[in-house]
Amino acid sequence: MTATYAVRDTATMLRRNLRHMQRYPGVPLMMVFLPVMFLLLFVYVFGATLGNGLGHGLGGRGVYVNYVSPAIILLTVASSATATAVGVASDMTEGIIDRFRTMAIWRPSVLAGHVLGSMIQTLLAVAVVIGVALLAGFRPTAGAAGWLATAGFLAMITLALTWLGVALGVVAKTVGTASNTPMFLLLLVFLGSGFVPTASMAGGLRQFATYQPFTAFTDTVRDLLTSGPIGDHAAVSAAWCAGIAVTGYIWAMARYNRGPAAAPAQ
Amino acid sequence: MSNPTDQPAGVPADADPFAPRLGTAHRRGPEHSSVTSAALGRAALAAEARGVRKSFGDQVVLDGIDLDVVEGSVFALLGPNGSGKTTTVRILSTLLAADAGVIRVAGHEMVREADLVRAAIGVTGQFSAVDKLLTGQENLMMMADLAHLSRAGGRRRAAELLGRFDLSEAAGKMAATYSGGMSRRLDLAMTLVGAPRIVFLDEPTTGLDPRGRHVMWQIIRGLAADGVTILLTTQDLDEADQLADRVAVLDHGALVAEGSPEQLKARIPGGHIRLQFTDPQDLETAARLLTSAGRDDETLCLQVPGDGSVPALRALLDQLDQHAIDIESLSIHTPDLDDVFLAVTGHPTASEDTPR
Repeated sequence: MTATYAVRDTATMLRRNLRHMQRYPGVPLMMVFLPVMFLLLFVYVFGATLGNGLGHGLGGRGVYVNYVSPAIILLTVASSATATAVGVASDMTEGIIDRFRTMAIWRPSVLAGHVLGSMIQTLLAVAVVIGVALLAGFRPTAGAAGWLATAGFLAMITLALTWLGVALGVVAKTVGTASNTPMFLLLLVFLGSGFVPTASMAGGLRQFATYQPFTAFTDTVRDLLTSGPIGDHAAVSAAWCAGIAVTGYIWAMARYNRGPAAAPAQ
Repeated sequence: MSNPTDQPAGVPADADPFAPRLGTAHRRGPEHSSVTSAALGRAALAAEARGVRKSFGDQVVLDGIDLDVVEGSVFALLGPNGSGKTTTVRILSTLLAADAGVIRVAGHEMVREADLVRAAIGVTGQFSAVDKLLTGQENLMMMADLAHLSRAGGRRRAAELLGRFDLSEAAGKMAATYSGGMSRRLDLAMTLVGAPRIVFLDEPTTGLDPRGRHVMWQIIRGLAADGVTILLTTQDLDEADQLADRVAVLDHGALVAEGSPEQLKARIPGGHIRLQFTDPQDLETAARLLTSAGRDDETLCLQVPGDGSVPALRALLDQLDQHAIDIESLSIHTPDLDDVFLAVTGHPTASEDTPR
């Protein structure tokens, strides 16, 4: 019955979350600050040496900035889960969630509003981070179609990770917990093909790094932006995203709906 | 609220509405049951609960509760912390599933028709449910959107509620800057945006200063005058007395008494005026004069039953004056929740810190 109001209620919740970002810009600023710090660190401190390693002694900083920028972009995307979890958890600790639960509104709209808000916030942050990367010497070769495909691909990852963030936020007992649990996603960017090729890693770690989702994500972004041939990373990434999004959604709604009349999620 | 049957003597013993609900056969006399079912006819019930049970782990929080809330009435659940008040409200407002029992709210079955229940109710919980990062106006507009009012209709409703709850001036300020009383008023205003027929208020005045409390009482009376059914919880007998048509007393998850505030107060022996004497002779004279008073020779005190109203006091003092009896001091003891508990349960309130 309330599904007829799905769009309207989700839009109301989205407006609420966008206002929160305006009034309390700490989270969006952190989302830009952290990746930019890593970018500057890895390009200007480690970049020349790491670049030489990549280019058989001839690469240098210029090669490395092109190699690492996709990973920096994915760091930004990964931090969207933290931002979402914090937003949801602080909602859950306030009485307002109980108010929403006692209203005849489309049940998932509260969480869907968080997801949409986080996606907008993340894609804006990604745009800023890409801008800084370009200033630091990142030279993507993608055309308009490549950029469009990149935007769509990043949106897909963000959608999946924000639903996971929503679940971690609903489950967390405190806002502090919610800001810590999604940290492992940032670590996955490092333990993949983001900063150095997985082939250069130690035995067991190499296995893990090769098959974990962020390696597929990073390789796809790298292919899209620097116009390498798009391998099967893209399909692997899509499968990972579908799995993460569905798990996050079901987990989040199940925990959110605890109470009588857990309206089946439409 | 002023009912002519103020005297305990006016209530026939076998119609005692405060007899414990559990295991009382005498309440179901033939005449009385017919009166009850006529007065509480199905169509007139805003909320109805039968045998509601709830446990958290091995802790029983509600142990088989029956409630009948008549449409358009103000119903107070009175009890100390940990008695199950908040749990009852959370169950009736679809926030929590009962382990057992049948519940209908606004004519709809709680579990199968939760959305229809939700469309009819408004809930103001114990903890602030306002969005602190939005202004008062934005909070109300958000509720108007969620109540699916038109843009213009929502704006009208928000302006009306801001005016009615004395928040017009603060409408453009973030709710984080509001005082406790303002925040509570905004909370209730948000609950009312969708014009609910039934409003649940969980301890609406806890934590408010006396002025804020009276403002809240005025608001609740106004709602009742508009025909809204109100179920509120309170720890304060005076509040239940001031606001409610019917009061149910909760103790350790069971209803131990139910009736009008007058009937409830009639069961309490606690209200009295305490007279302190210095001269034993005065005590002697006064005691002979005021035959219903309880006497304590050791402390030279008399406890005169009475409600402590000004006319009653004046009459008492006049009487003492006429007989030239000197008193050192006088104090008024009004019955409180402890007295109610003692009267209906036989034990004082034990408000352990049990989790809600």
